[in-house]
Amino acid sequence: MNVTRRRFIQISGASAAGIAVSGMGFDLSPVRAHALTLKTKDAKETTTICCYCGVGCGAIVHTGKDKGRVINIEGDPDHVINRGALCSKGSALSQLAENKNRLTEPMYRAPNSKEWKKVSWEWTLAEITKRIKATREATFTLKNAKGETVNRTTAIASVGSAALDNEECWIYQALLRALGLVYIEHQARI
Amino acid sequence: MGSNAAENHPISFKYVTMAQQSGGKVISVDPRFTRTSSKADIYAPLRSGTDIAFLGGMIKYILDNKLYNEDYVVNYTNASFLVNKDFAFKDGLFSGFDPQKKSYNKSTWTFDNDENGIPKRDLTLKDPRCVFNALKDHYSRYDLKLVSRITGTPEADLLEVYKTYAATGAKGKAGTVMYAMGWTQHTVGVQNIRAMSIIQSLLANMGVAGGGVNALRGESNVQGSTDQALLWHILPGYTNIPKASQTSLEAFLASIKPVSKDPMSVNWKQNYPKYAVSMLKSFFGENASKENEFGYQLLPKPDDGKSYSWLDIFDEMYKGSIKGFFAWGMNPACSSSNAGKARKAMAKLDWMVNVNLFDNETGSFWKGPGMKPSSIKTEVFMLPAAVSVEKEGSISNSGRWMQWRYEGPKPLGNSKPDGDIIMELGNMLKEAYKKEGGQFPDAILKLKWDYMTNGKYDPHKIAKEINGYFLEDATVNNQEFKKGDLVPSFVFLQADGKTSSGNWIYSGSYTNKGNMSARRSQKDVASNIGLYPEFAWAWPVNRRIIYNRAAVDLTGKPNDEKRWVVKYTFEQKDGKYVPGKWEGDVPDGPAPPLQNPDGTARADGKYPFIMQKDGFAALFGPGLADGPFPEHYEPLECPVEKNFMSAQLVNPTAPVYGTDADTFASCDPRFPYVGTTYRVSEHWQTGLMTRPQAWLLELQPQVFVEMSEELGKLKGIKNGERVKVSSVRGSLECTAVVTKRFKPFKIGDSIVHEVGMPYNYGWRWPVSGKEESANLLTPSTGDPNTRIPETKAFMVNISKIKRG
Repeated sequence: MNVTRRRFIQISGASAAGIAVSGMGFDLSPVRAHALTLKTKDAKETTTICCYCGVGCGAIVHTGKDKGRVINIEGDPDHVINRGALCSKGSALSQLAENKNRLTEPMYRAPNSKEWKKVSWEWTLAEITKRIKATREATFTLKNAKGETVNRTTAIASVGSAALDNEECWIYQALLRALGLVYIEHQARI
Repeated sequence: MGSNAAENHPISFKYVTMAQQSGGKVISVDPRFTRTSSKADIYAPLRSGTDIAFLGGMIKYILDNKLYNEDYVVNYTNASFLVNKDFAFKDGLFSGFDPQKKSYNKSTWTFDNDENGIPKRDLTLKDPRCVFNALKDHYSRYDLKLVSRITGTPEADLLEVYKTYAATGAKGKAGTVMYAMGWTQHTVGVQNIRAMSIIQSLLANMGVAGGGVNALRGESNVQGSTDQALLWHILPGYTNIPKASQTSLEAFLASIKPVSKDPMSVNWKQNYPKYAVSMLKSFFGENASKENEFGYQLLPKPDDGKSYSWLDIFDEMYKGSIKGFFAWGMNPACSSSNAGKARKAMAKLDWMVNVNLFDNETGSFWKGPGMKPSSIKTEVFMLPAAVSVEKEGSISNSGRWMQWRYEGPKPLGNSKPDGDIIMELGNMLKEAYKKEGGQFPDAILKLKWDYMTNGKYDPHKIAKEINGYFLEDATVNNQEFKKGDLVPSFVFLQADGKTSSGNWIYSGSYTNKGNMSARRSQKDVASNIGLYPEFAWAWPVNRRIIYNRAAVDLTGKPNDEKRWVVKYTFEQKDGKYVPGKWEGDVPDGPAPPLQNPDGTARADGKYPFIMQKDGFAALFGPGLADGPFPEHYEPLECPVEKNFMSAQLVNPTAPVYGTDADTFASCDPRFPYVGTTYRVSEHWQTGLMTRPQAWLLELQPQVFVEMSEELGKLKGIKNGERVKVSSVRGSLECTAVVTKRFKPFKIGDSIVHEVGMPYNYGWRWPVSGKEESANLLTPSTGDPNTRIPETKAFMVNISKIKRG
């Protein structure tokens, strides 16, 4: 009998209607009792696709009600590629999200400084805008040596990223091209 | 070959194991006996950088023993085309080589055309000038003995692999190859893959279930980020980037529109002008009109003949011409070939924006090993990005499946989804140029930038923009559409500005019927080959296997009746065959097959390789920089003084950079061992998303170097000792793993040792700072077509570390 994990739980749930022995031919009440005590019981459930390699495995993310943080990530049994299985990295996905080493604030390193300084988003994005504009203004080339229109700057380069979503990639390349960048590269090149 | 799926793409290997359980043979060809090798039926070792010799030998074996599928080769490949009589190959060089420019004049790499401009064909394959015989000639030199002397693979192993793999050319059989960076990261990277494509075409393994040449993508969305063109040489959907010499939209559109005179060739790329204009409408919205060439002049143009690739970026940065730099979701201080050069280059920047989940070796380069912060002027802005489970959007996997994912928790702390950062930055730049003006402000001000909802980045709005809209009421292909309708597929896109589509290959992914990439149906196709057509969405047009029309015979009947991909059923009317329909996967175009069931030719039939100008799989591929046939050249750094195949030691067109950081040591006694790099299951790429994690770091805490027991003995190195691995460019400390997984190679008449290291490390994590990047060793040279760096074959030395 080929039953996915989710289907298994559905069947076991249906059996709660009054029959002690499920349609599967054995008693599921201990499983059901255990399921009720699982930490994911009241969690918000969302599906995701693993962020590591390009196989595209599905996973289920459980976000706890109290703190709104990830309490569990596991393979998605109904995903047709991985059918619930995950590799070493995928199995550790929750540690990527819930990790004390993560950056949680914008940081700034001034010229010749030995340290990082915590800064605000407003300040950081405003300063980055100034830097982009200043470099672009100083280096923008309307025509190349042959006199052909090029409308570009070769003094700013961008690398990244295959870690972005498709939609993010699209607006990122559009913005970079509008700024006049031609040095646009990412992981696919290396 | 060229990959180690069991360790680096473990879930994909589940299907390899299933195939093996149902009688399939698994072959692993790798310099090192990997975990993939341990599961294989046949393992064959080969020296890094010699894949073309290995595969060239297989091409010869297939041709000599007539193991190719003749029908397929004659009807679906360009084997029968007649090659230009002036085309030649001599001692490692194809005709047209210019030694000064280090490039080819490709004017002789062409086909003879008939009076109608259609390539001449000899369907008997007897003409000495037909591609088939040119192929035979070319690989006649690749005999077992010579191949073995180059690769170090024992002749018996070569023969066993050739025999086993060539058997997949039989009717009803399929063979596939899973490759990764083991094939691409070479000065002959593209030709490695070409060589396998030739084999797959000879064996009729393209377009079939269980066939193909499969790139195992290393990043969850490297397929998508390439599709969306975060690369200098293309615009979204693989449209060539407009060059400086294409001074008008008209000239640009003409350059991207291949012309075929053959009415039986679909030549799908002739539609590119429609896609390009629709894309410009997505870039610039209402600001793109016929009068202003749809905003064509607003796009920046690279110079003709110049490369702006990764290696060029770091070369220019090192030379000081690049002032500002974005490292967005990347860690070039560890991922860049010749990482030492990249790190020094960063110190020459005025400013850097580093967007990531964790502090990394790139953002903190100024306090890395050998750096003196007080003398580094670079300003660094480090922005905290949200993790994938904290945001919504789609990614595309190795199989071109676009899959939607959802927001679980909110972004941690003050981190933000990349999309919000990009949108906010765009808003501020627009504001600054609106307020203050500046150089060429139009490109920024006219950019369509309305992808926020309630002040937040909205991935649905962009997904729809990428799919495309009807911008006016229109009737296309006898269907009526209203202004604002989402385009059902790229077949409806127009070159007159009435449609938009940010990326034509994604057209059909988000339509009036909804978000196709979010689908979850478990239903498979009738032949149960695992296509799941209503689970997520695949580009193009939800086609799961491209070139699937090559999986049928000339009458549309599947070559493999059990595992069929598509099949065609004709209808009969008044005793005549009239067009019927395709079933199964979305076929490569609706046209009927080339013949009726009774074997009579059809004038409306089309060749199956619709993205090729002529409609045929290219055994002879005239488009590449380094030759129409793959030829063995040694890696730029190699252990032999002479290429046993020809007088041409290395790829004559390989790019070399000239700064003081671009040093090479070939056949140099200081660096006697072949070095290569790979990954471990527990870490991902430079390890930036895995090294800061407790479990994964505990599982694989240290960078190590694997070497044979013979080399260990020779150097007096024991398992577990720390050793120094060095190349002419840099060095790092590694833990020695003396193992049976590597064996010395017999190359020519000499013994050559090879060692390997994972490149998953860097000084920032673990915090000991002692585990460094193996890319400190790798060279800044690469493939002449793609400029992917040659990080899989270079020369090193190993020495014991003596601590006082």
